[in-house]
Amino acid sequence: MIEFFQMGGYAIYVWPAYALTALTLAVSVIAPIRRRKRLIRELSAIATQKERSRSE
Amino acid sequence: MSQNPDTWLTRFHRLGSPPSFYRLAGILMPFIAIICIALFVAGLYGGLVLAPPDYQQGESYRIIYIHVPSAWMSMFVYAVLAATSAISLIWRMKLAEAVARASAPVGAAYTFLALVTGSLWGKPMWGTWWVWDARLTSELILLFLYLGYMALVAAIDDRRTASRAGAVLAIVGVVNLPIIHFSVEWWNTLHQGPTVTKFDQPSIAISMLIPLLLMAGAFKFHYLYTMLARVRVEILDSERRTAWVNTLVTSKAS
Repeated sequence: MIEFFQMGGYAIYVWPAYALTALTLAVSVIAPIRRRKRLIRELSAIATQKERSRSE
Repeated sequence: MSQNPDTWLTRFHRLGSPPSFYRLAGILMPFIAIICIALFVAGLYGGLVLAPPDYQQGESYRIIYIHVPSAWMSMFVYAVLAATSAISLIWRMKLAEAVARASAPVGAAYTFLALVTGSLWGKPMWGTWWVWDARLTSELILLFLYLGYMALVAAIDDRRTASRAGAVLAIVGVVNLPIIHFSVEWWNTLHQGPTVTKFDQPSIAISMLIPLLLMAGAFKFHYLYTMLARVRVEILDSERRTAWVNTLVTSKAS
């Protein structure tokens, strides 16, 4: 197991490469999901506001 | 739906309409995510555990399983960006504009990863983080093309004008793709030549090749997922004043 993480002495190159890739790919997936949620919240707030001003 | 007759052609046309595309993407995305995760698990296990060390490069070569898929995707996504840009210029198709805009940041991310993982691989193998040779320089230019596209589109307020200006830039930049691909053959370079895409026989062992192809598949599905997610945001934003978006957001809020 320790041998696996040592990567034959190349651990300082291999693992940062994998970590950065994992981070970048994760962020690129999470970003649009969060943006969509935020947009839906924003648009529904506008919609209820319009509804209210119409009923007044 | 009251449209008759319901042939494959009308179905295809309806797919191009924003609400149908939004709905269809939402149905497909969970399946794409599952396939993507399965490919990543299989590819990583095969590449990091099962595949033997390289007889010349030892364990350092294992960066190949993220470097090569990133580099392939950096070019594939640019081809998508250019193709959808051309479609949006010729047919004024809104959906093609959305796909182009959604693809650019993802493509930039892959290009960034290809450059950084390549640098982390180059240091132990070539003894340097960076050289100004043809392959590395043309890949860096690709990153600038993506960033230039994003900056240009963001700088113009009107959505459609912005997409059209970006489309012209994207199409002109296509000339860089064959330069990247053939750079290792046209110029003397430190970067190794093609190993997988040689038509006669790939010069890579099968136990190393299979995880590489699995990882390439995983990256493709990752792109598909995040691109669709981004197109959905683009659609919601550009259609914010329509009735269907209004019903969608009010039903979600309650």
